Amino acid sequence: MTKKNCKLPAEHGFPNPPFTKEMKATHTILAPDIFPIHMLLISEIFRMYGYKFQVLHDSGKPVIQKGLEQLHNDMCYPAICTSGQQLYALTSGQYDPHKVALIQFQTGGGCRASNYIWMLRKALHNMGMDYVPVLSLSFSKMEKSSGFRISKLMMMKGIVAVMYGDMLMLLKNQVKPYEAHAGDTEKTVERWVAELAAQFRKNRGLFGKAFRKNMRDIAADFHAIERKKVKKTKVGIVGEIYVKYSPLGNNGLEAFLEAQNCEFMVPGVLGFFQFMFDNQKTDRKLYGGSIRGAFIAKAGSALMRKVEKIFIETLRQYPDFVVPTPFSHICELGDRIIGRGVKMGEGWLLPAEIAELLEKGYENIICAQPFGCLPNHIVAKGTIRTLRNLYPNANICPVDYDAGASKVNQENRIKLMLALAEETEAGRADDQSNPRRAAT
Amino acid sequence: MKQIGIDVGSTTIKCAVLDEAGELVYSSYERHRACIAPMMAAILRTIAEKYPGEKVRLAVSGSAGMGIANDLGLPFIQEVYATRLAVLKKMPETDTVIELGGEDAKILFLGKSLEVRMNGTCAGGTGAFIDQMAELMNVSPEELEALAEQSEKLYTIASRCGVFAKSDIQPLLNQGAQKKDIAASIFYAVVNQTVAGLAQGRAISGNLLYLGGPLTFFPYLRAAFDDTLKTKGACPEHSLFFVSMGAALSPNAAEIDPAELAGTVANFQSKTAFAGCRPLFENEAEYAAFADRHKADSRGIAEIAAPNGEMFLGIDAGSTTVKAVLCDRAGNLFYPMYLPNSGNPVPLIRNYLTELYAKFPNVKIAGSAVTGYGEAMIQSAFGVGCGVVETIAHYTAAAHFCPQVDFILDIGGQDIKCFRIRNGAIDSIFLNEACSSGCGSFLQTFAGVLGFTPQEFAKQALFAKSPVDLGSRCTVFMNSSVKQAQKDGATVADISAGLSVSVVKNALYKVIRCADPTRLGDHIVVQGGTFLNDAVLRAFEQEIGKEVLRPSVAGLMGAYGAALYAMEHDKGETRLIDAEGLKAFAHKVSALTCNGCQNHCRLTVNQFSNGRRYIAGNRCEKPVQTEKNRAHFNLYEYKCELLSAYRKNEIRHPGAKTVGLPMVLNFYELLPFWWTLFDALGYNVVVSGQSNHALYVKGQQTIPSDTACYPAKLAHGHFEDLLEKNPDLLFYPCMSYNVEEGYGANHYNCPVVAYYPTVIGANVAIPERMTYIDGFLSLADRRVFAKHFVRVMGEKGVSVPLTDAKKAAQAAYAAYDRYMEAVRQKGGEYLQTAKEKGMPVIVLAGRPYHIDPEINHGIDRLICDLGAVVVTEDAVAHKVQPFQTTVLNQWTYHARLYAAARYVADANDPGLNLVQLVSFGCGVDAVTTDEVRAILECRGKLYTQIKIDEITNLGAVKIRLRSLFAVAGNK
Repeated sequence: MTKKNCKLPAEHGFPNPPFTKEMKATHTILAPDIFPIHMLLISEIFRMYGYKFQVLHDSGKPVIQKGLEQLHNDMCYPAICTSGQQLYALTSGQYDPHKVALIQFQTGGGCRASNYIWMLRKALHNMGMDYVPVLSLSFSKMEKSSGFRISKLMMMKGIVAVMYGDMLMLLKNQVKPYEAHAGDTEKTVERWVAELAAQFRKNRGLFGKAFRKNMRDIAADFHAIERKKVKKTKVGIVGEIYVKYSPLGNNGLEAFLEAQNCEFMVPGVLGFFQFMFDNQKTDRKLYGGSIRGAFIAKAGSALMRKVEKIFIETLRQYPDFVVPTPFSHICELGDRIIGRGVKMGEGWLLPAEIAELLEKGYENIICAQPFGCLPNHIVAKGTIRTLRNLYPNANICPVDYDAGASKVNQENRIKLMLALAEETEAGRADDQSNPRRAAT
Repeated sequence: MKQIGIDVGSTTIKCAVLDEAGELVYSSYERHRACIAPMMAAILRTIAEKYPGEKVRLAVSGSAGMGIANDLGLPFIQEVYATRLAVLKKMPETDTVIELGGEDAKILFLGKSLEVRMNGTCAGGTGAFIDQMAELMNVSPEELEALAEQSEKLYTIASRCGVFAKSDIQPLLNQGAQKKDIAASIFYAVVNQTVAGLAQGRAISGNLLYLGGPLTFFPYLRAAFDDTLKTKGACPEHSLFFVSMGAALSPNAAEIDPAELAGTVANFQSKTAFAGCRPLFENEAEYAAFADRHKADSRGIAEIAAPNGEMFLGIDAGSTTVKAVLCDRAGNLFYPMYLPNSGNPVPLIRNYLTELYAKFPNVKIAGSAVTGYGEAMIQSAFGVGCGVVETIAHYTAAAHFCPQVDFILDIGGQDIKCFRIRNGAIDSIFLNEACSSGCGSFLQTFAGVLGFTPQEFAKQALFAKSPVDLGSRCTVFMNSSVKQAQKDGATVADISAGLSVSVVKNALYKVIRCADPTRLGDHIVVQGGTFLNDAVLRAFEQEIGKEVLRPSVAGLMGAYGAALYAMEHDKGETRLIDAEGLKAFAHKVSALTCNGCQNHCRLTVNQFSNGRRYIAGNRCEKPVQTEKNRAHFNLYEYKCELLSAYRKNEIRHPGAKTVGLPMVLNFYELLPFWWTLFDALGYNVVVSGQSNHALYVKGQQTIPSDTACYPAKLAHGHFEDLLEKNPDLLFYPCMSYNVEEGYGANHYNCPVVAYYPTVIGANVAIPERMTYIDGFLSLADRRVFAKHFVRVMGEKGVSVPLTDAKKAAQAAYAAYDRYMEAVRQKGGEYLQTAKEKGMPVIVLAGRPYHIDPEINHGIDRLICDLGAVVVTEDAVAHKVQPFQTTVLNQWTYHARLYAAARYVADANDPGLNLVQLVSFGCGVDAVTTDEVRAILECRGKLYTQIKIDEITNLGAVKIRLRSLFAVAGNK
């Protein structure tokens, strides 16, 4: 019984206000907290271009409840979380609803995620807040608003910001479990986010030498953090792009793993961007189609290859850090598992990342996915058999996240994975101490 | 030193004490009823007494043990891992272990590459499920086992989830199926759930071990596993204690003093707090005022003391209860009956009538009506005057208490029904889909689990200080949430109150899908047995912020409405059975299989002494058809017929290679294309056979993701079938894109339709001699198709000359166009026919594969049997100009849905309605259903949605459809 049902409009539909040029000055754009570190840097890029941009950090049950109240409950969990966060903020009294706009990522792919912004609009309509503009952030310009234009240069800067985010996340995950003084790593992350934001505000640090220097300095700073030699279980996290990163979506998975004496590796966001550009090229190869799209994709890929190279070269200086796998190699890994044309959701990238992690020695894999996620039937659970055949040591644990799923249940499954990991570890230690057994 | 393992499961706590040699010297097994800490303390004390002064090594395991172990700083061993440790030690030659517990199911593949499977967020088919089903059938679990041993035949019962199974069993019980057969079917459902849900593509073979409570206590369950897996498993000694033995054996066990630890555990207070919500009542006075207000709800309607003269009988043969009542012309009540169904309503009604006639000889029954699941059977059995759809019966009753009623919410034992009333007619209906969580039986089950009667349990809730916030989800999820809350120190009162709130939230946010509960209506009547629970009533009023009306006969409203209905509508054509007739009354039940069509329905034939027969279990009217053979106008059948021309599997090119096509998902539309393409290229084409449940079971072992939709899961069976036909090539291309029809912004397939071929390739064992072609293709651009087809074939080493491919593609597109045109043409004809004959039309809107009778469960025929013409979404979509939707319109199949809805909405024809078929687990439909509803409702059309899965409760579907026709007729 929505409001729509109670008061029947003459026609099906509702106003869908554009984000005008004037709104740029008056309206604050509220964004969900999708990638915790990256979003802070991305918001700086928006500010650089004159937008008021606010990343939301509301979390907990009321946020989820808001999402459940306003969205179809069979909608995927990331939609409930991200929209819930935005609608919760909108009704919290912290913002003047007439002075905000909401933003959602839109990939334009064939899964439900491309409909999030429409779900959000429907919810706003039902709440009597039709006047709130909803913006689409996408590479493929799915929707246009006069006041919201992302130039190529701005997009490039955004990609660089994401790159920094990946670097900080990657190093944080590798250093924090071993830090000698609790809090050192987080402090370094915070300091760098502040430092980069300050540079961005002066339009610095985004390209060329400054970018290289920053990357080197970041790596050096993390490397300088004093670390203990302790044994940790190595866990790789893959999955749906939202629930794998967001603590709101995955019930604080990272904190749980930290408490379980684990070191975890989550592949970066950049890989997902490269995957999206690659899809355009693949589409052209498989079905024909727009040359223009393929051309843009080619340019985008080239840029990302370039930054990726800097990323990798920087980290090569430190043999004790794990260096990210070049995207070209991830593609090769994927091709052994599933067709490159599987592009909806995380598509072929998901099993390819599992393979990448396995290659790097992260044998225990958590595949975090929203309950009932359609692409994950195919690319996650559907590929596990193939992966096990290719990598007999793989210890893969799919975990479903949902408003109704209990944390106990999720943690219990992860504990099983960890118990098996521990046993494998112990077996290896035995083999080493007993050369005769190792030989057989 | 003794080694001790304590296994705290979802319902039981088990303890194993091993001596220095690792032999089991003491064990205990008890239900813990969520009082985990005291039970554990008691166990430790016993151990301290048995082995005075001894220190021991101890570890905790089990799904409910993690919290307490954490808080007490005891070593915790994950339970599956513990099982494995014990099995490796005690039965090292084992290959596979199947372990069922109270709420969990596990398969361990030991052998060379270790794999462990646990049930996920969906926990159907476990011990709790068997208990629940036994309770539903009113027998003890032991009796269930004994019944199963005598079974003669099996019914298909949904194995996915206990809640689903329940909605399958209930109609079977109501239709008079034999208890012993249902009992056996329940055990087989558990087996199917375990195999389909957990095997995930790995064959269960070798030395098989059965562990855990259900497999220990129910030999029939073991036999059912043996039968299904075609093997013989063993249930070892101490099969209940493998988890606890494993914990005891764990190297992580810690040294403790049992007596000391017993003291600590006894004083244990949980550290974490549960999330609470506001109390239902602040104090006794508030409750008293509330109770008084609701007493006044039924003013003016009295219970008759001295009955005399003409009265009307109403019967509601519901899913879990049977209700009957009489009323006089003023609507005053008399002689109400409210009894649990116990599986067979017939003797209950017989006793009711017998007593009535004996006690009150001067009551004359002037009219009678029956409603509910058992409507048809009761009508045949006792000659009841008329049958009435449940929805209408409820509205009739509610309107009697509150003529201005504009919203009715009825929460019964298994169903939630909501109707909005506008201008004296039912305007829209919401029923709970295929899932009966959050209903009365749900509260009842929890009351039972916690050791209370439902009444006591409800009373507890009223003054709970801090009702647990449990959300609104399915029973199984709720179990875990309740467990967690208990661990965190919630009292029974808090849980009972929390469950009441969750029942309300489930109804409001899941069934009604209401965004703003304050806008439900101004005159709301709530009814159904569940609302007799004051806690639920209060929670509802709190949630919507309004006072509502609850009639005193809230639990009898269906029967009462039927009685009122009889007053107006029983024309006295049939005579209700009299006292004489009742004396001679007999009811015989037999079972047979209908061979009228390929469905082979299992029929239950009820023979009554009045010579009448009632047949149940049929999916269509064929077996019960009288001479008048109504003409059917069914576009679903027509489409199947058109496709059957391509399913003959003839050898048209002797000596040529054979290509196998699976009849799954998008092939229901593209078969003419692919068949023609390969035929034109000189291949012999074989197509997989008709879908049926046996075919599904054949492939279920290879399904990797059990929560995918049924149409996708059926693909595994089709491939097994194709492999038997032994073609040289198997062709099932990936298709990100569908055909482009220009309705929407893009023309995608959904992810499952698009990429299921890769799931098949990765999980079905395709022999090397067959070439599996699953490359990426699109039919959208006709100019480039041939080129890409050649590439896709070439990738797998099959060369096709481009010129041939081009020619064949031309023929294929022509065949596809012909097929689609024929569907549109025939659809147009049917619409015309309907107009001429004045027949109602249902656009049964789904996706192409919904024409598979195994997927739609004969709903198309059911609609025809109700006298309507059935057309498909793709037969009307083209009549609509493209229009802006309020969702991203990017999937071809779903664009047709929106267009079809628009067509129906714009037609301004009360006889033309749309029913949407939704496959369970279809995530895309979370987007489409609201949109289709909005398109229809903006023009005042009714929206009806039917969720279908592996199994569908056709009884509930019938209610829905009959309500639709009743409402549409009234409009």
